[in-house]
Formats: sequence, structure tokens, C-alpha cells
Amino acid sequence: MAQRKGMEVSIAIAEAASACDVDCIAAYPITPQTHVVEHLAEIVAEGELDAEFIPVESEHAALSACIGCAAAGARTFTATSSQGLALMHEVLFIASALRMPMVMVVANRALSGPINIWNDHSDVMTERDVGWLQVFAENGQEAVDLVILAHKISEDHRVLLPIMVHFDGFIVSHMIEPLSLPDRDEVKKFLPNFVPAMRLDIDNPISMGPVGMPTVYTEAKMVAEAAVRGSYGPIVETFKGFGDMFGRHYRPVETYRSEDAEIMMVTMGSISETAMTWVDAQRERGEKVGLVRFRLWRPLPIEDFKNAVRGAKALTVIDRHFSPGGPGGPVSAEIKQVLYGTADAPQIVEFVAGLGGRDINMEDFDQMYGKTKAVLAGAPVPPFELIQVRGGHHGEI
Amino acid sequence: MSRQSPTPKWRELAIGMAITEPGSSRYNRTGDWRSNRPVWKFEACVRCGMCSIFCPEGCIGMQKDGLPLANMEYCKGCGICEAECWTGCIAMEEEKE
Amino acid sequence: MVELRFHGRGGQGAVTSAELLALTAIDQGKYAQAFPSFGPERRGAPVVAFARIDDKPIRMRVAVREPNYVIVLDPSILKIVNTSDGMPAQGSVQVLNTSRTAAELRKDFGLKGKLVTVNANRIAAEEIGRVITNTTMLGALVRATGLVDVDGMIVQLKERFGRIAEGNIKAFRRAYEECVIEG
Repeated sequence: MAQRKGMEVSIAIAEAASACDVDCIAAYPITPQTHVVEHLAEIVAEGELDAEFIPVESEHAALSACIGCAAAGARTFTATSSQGLALMHEVLFIASALRMPMVMVVANRALSGPINIWNDHSDVMTERDVGWLQVFAENGQEAVDLVILAHKISEDHRVLLPIMVHFDGFIVSHMIEPLSLPDRDEVKKFLPNFVPAMRLDIDNPISMGPVGMPTVYTEAKMVAEAAVRGSYGPIVETFKGFGDMFGRHYRPVETYRSEDAEIMMVTMGSISETAMTWVDAQRERGEKVGLVRFRLWRPLPIEDFKNAVRGAKALTVIDRHFSPGGPGGPVSAEIKQVLYGTADAPQIVEFVAGLGGRDINMEDFDQMYGKTKAVLAGAPVPPFELIQVRGGHHGEI
Repeated sequence: MSRQSPTPKWRELAIGMAITEPGSSRYNRTGDWRSNRPVWKFEACVRCGMCSIFCPEGCIGMQKDGLPLANMEYCKGCGICEAECWTGCIAMEEEKE
Repeated sequence: MVELRFHGRGGQGAVTSAELLALTAIDQGKYAQAFPSFGPERRGAPVVAFARIDDKPIRMRVAVREPNYVIVLDPSILKIVNTSDGMPAQGSVQVLNTSRTAAELRKDFGLKGKLVTVNANRIAAEEIGRVITNTTMLGALVRATGLVDVDGMIVQLKERFGRIAEGNIKAFRRAYEECVIEG
């Protein structure tokens, strides 16, 4: 039986990958993901896990090696962060186009420059279009569970796609906290041996990765769209199977005290936990406020989200990345796209906060909530605002 | 296995667009591209096989009698065989209309 | 929920102190967090680490700003860092590694609230053979706050330090006995 114990989340993630009995790991260490890779290297070196650990020379090589491993029919795991994910960029598209099942954990960290090793979502949000499945964990337990879930989802023959498990750098990755680590036998019951749908085999030769001429590229992209969107059903089914077995339930869109909420906060990642504590305090004061967030970022669970926010008068969307000179943050942009033209759509008040490791504290939530209430009271909807910035965002440009 | 349509519907594409039929590149008759063709003067040929080894297309085979034979359906007329032949028995000649 | 901040210098084990406290609390069925102040670490530079302990799940992903308890691992820190920063007016406790008395520290640094003093440098030098005060200071902290059981902490010390655990356990126990609680 799984035992509840205190441990560093990065170590727990490495142990979870080990419990999944992965065959191949190709990864390059980068802060704040380093402890995951270090611990996996140790587990393999100690003989606790019979796997091939490939110490590559870069993240570009790491993901390329992972594609080779998955193509050979190996259960494949990797981990990265920030600049490392950016260096993988061009290879990410290839892994998904080749339909390679693999799991990559990403300790979310800001992209340079200026050089910054701390947490925000600029690494993940610039990789939205690569055709991978993407899920967010908010704490250590979720990160462990989602690593196990991710292997099962990725290898499902109805899915066959690589998947990223996002968890916030440092504030989750380096946290010592209580969690329950499923043991190998339990995981084995949930996650049987990997059966590749196709693989490189000299007795049954195939060619992977041919050129896609203009006559076929559009069809290939339609396959990507159908595959990523079509993974929704198997994902929900796998979440349910996991919940039945382990008692921890996951949904594509998660809500917290959202019943009868007039204003809902929209958050991603671990700030959702701080937001819950803030919501509790507001509810105690009689404020009708709740919380909603995307567990599943790709495929975007559009209908679940619409249902979750139905009845809300306003959404306070907190992005942790934005496109300079653009309309706002990526999460709010996608929400607007989803809700545009919907009858009784809530007002959307957009904020960008928590960049490059800056904490989002209670008074920040207060400020964003206050501005959202002002909109409901008749104030014009402001353009997206970078709060927490000294000097102020609007009126200064 | 039958040859896949060059304009398949998206549902007809193999997983990851993998090519599952070994040797299917033979369907591409790349000899159509040729503007020059190699011509052998077999009386000077010493049957060394260098032309066969160096042919980037792999279209020159060695026959039972030891003489080379090019499959002109795939020869692109690159001239590498001519350059590598040390006896000078291969000459590139222009394709006629 | 109680929140703690550990002040030390890089290499003195402030992070380890926070970790051992949290691990002991979790083993005893509580919820806890321990985490460093993230960033490049330099040996000798002032560093902080944080911990939280509660009876229910902790949903906070920010640094501790208003600690109930502050632990100062190095006597020289008081001169360069305001260790009282953010502490509540009522019920705060500072656990200090010092050879001086609480009254002297109050006078020189304006410290308020309950003060717990212990000469951890001397204890660590005598019991461990090195002036690494993290485990020693835990003795004074546990005595002053009762946040975790002594036996639970000793289990953690054994697990963490293996063959060098004995000296650390002795130092921990001595600080538990010798610390002076005032105010």
C-alpha cells in the first residue's frame, strides 16, 4: 500500500517515473528540474530501475533521443524546463507528428531575458501549438499522479501522443510536502506493459518521418487536430479509472466553491492553491466568489469550461505569461475565443501576474477582485493589466 | 499491399504517416529526371564493380558474367559512375528526345 | 497554521533544519511544507528557509512573510538582517544562537516577544566537532514551541545523518536542555 510521507516533490516525481517502470530516460539537467533527473540517474545507477539512462549533450538531443526510444517501442520519460523546453521547440512538433508516446515533466520557469530561473508560465505557453497533450499539476501529489496517468493516456492506442505534465518550478518542485507515492505493484495494475502500435523492427521494416508534400501536409495537420482533440474521451476515461483505483479524482476543468459564484478567478498551476485559501477567506465574508482552472490545457476542454463558468457574471483571468504588444495573456485570449458570441457570456477582466518568480499574495488577489467588481458596477472593462509592476501598467506608456 | 494514393483523405494516412511497405520507393521512377545517360564500352571493362559501389541510386547491378548493368528506370544520370570508373569505359551521353 | 523562517548562512544547514522539522511533523500526521528561498546559493551569504505546519492541508504557494517563529542559526546574522521582519506583535518567538543573554539582545537589536537563547556554536563544536548549528538549533526550537515530538525528530536525525547521527542527536538533546526561554 502507498504510504503517506514527506518528501521533495522532484524526488517524488522521479520515484513515480520509476514506479511506471520506464524503459528509457533521455534528459538534460536544468534548474529547477535538476533534482528529477539527478534522482532518476541515481535510481538507474543503483539498479533499482532497469532502464537505459541516456546522458545527452542538450535538450535538443534529449528529445531527439526520446523519439528514437519511443520509435523502438520503449516506455520513454524525460524532463525539462524553460530554456531547455525552448531548445526542444522544433523537435516537439516531430514527436507529436510521429505519434510517439512519451511523458515529459516540465518544471515551469520563466524564459530569459533577463536571465531568470524562477517560476512562471512563459515556457509552457510558448509551446501551445506543438501538438502535445498538456496537463497542469498544482501540487506534489497531483504531479506524481499525473506522471502515472500521463503514461497510460499517452500509450492508449486511441491517443498515441506525447504528453507534458506541467508543475511550477521551485514552489512545487523544491517543496517538501506530504504525499502518497503509489508503489510499483499498484502502478503496474493500473499501467500494464507498453504495447507499441508500431515500432522500428528489422523483421518488419517501416519508414518513419517521410516528407509531407503540399498534397498531403494539410491532411497530416488534420490528423493532428483529430488526434489531440479526440484524446479527450480516453483522457476522461483514464482519469476515472485512476480515481476508482486510487481515490484521487481529476477532471479536465477543476472548480472550487464555484456554485452560485458571481465572480470566478481563473488560474493555472500552483497559484490555484493560494487562490483557494483566498476564496475561503472571501466566502467567509459572504463574497460570492469561486475558482476555475484548466487541468487539461491541450486538448482545451471547451465545453467543460463553458459549463463551469455558466452563471458567472465576470471572470478574473490571471495569466502568468503574455505576448508583448499583443492583446493579453494566452489563457484569457483562449477563454475569450471560446466564449465569444455565447449568450450571457461573463465579463472578462484580464491580469498578468507572478512573472519570473514573484509571489502572488492575498493582496494581489484582493486588487484583481476589486477591479473586477468595479467592472460589474459599471466601470469600463480595462485592457489587460500587468499588476505588481512598479510604476503602473496603464497611463505610463 | 497496394500502393497508397498520392492524395489520400486524412483518415487514410498511416499512424505518424509511417511508410509501412518496405521498398515502396521503387514506385518513384526517378530515371525520368535524367538528361544524360551512362554508356559502357564493355571491351575496356575489367569487371571491378566500382560503378556499382559508387552509384548513389543503387541502380547498377553486377550480372552473372561480371559485367555491370544499370536499371535505367532509376538512373538519374548523375555521372558519378563515369567519374569513378578508372578504366574510362563509361561515357555520359546526352539523352535524345 | 504556524509559519516559520530560518535565518542562516549558506552552508550552515538552514534548509535542512526546515526540512527536518517538516518531515517530523508529516510523520506525526500533520501537514507541513519546507522550502528554501530559491536562488543561487553562496556559501557564507545570509540565506533564509521557510516552513509551515498545520492540522489541515496547506494551500499556500508563496514565501512566508509573517512568521510566528524565527530561528537564527548564526550569531552574526542579527547585525545584518532584521530577523523580526513581518513578525506579529503578539505570540512571536525567536530562537537565537548566541552566547549573550536575551536582555542584551533586546537592548542592542530591539528584539521583542519571546526569546529563546542557546549557545549552539559551543554545543555543536563539542558534540559534532564542527560549528554546523542546524540540528542543535532544532533542539531549542522543539523545546520552546512543542511543534513536534522529540522522539519523532530523533528518528529523522538518524535517517538523515546515518553514522554521524549520534553527535547531532547529542547536540539536539543538549540544546533542548540548555536553552533559556525568556519573555
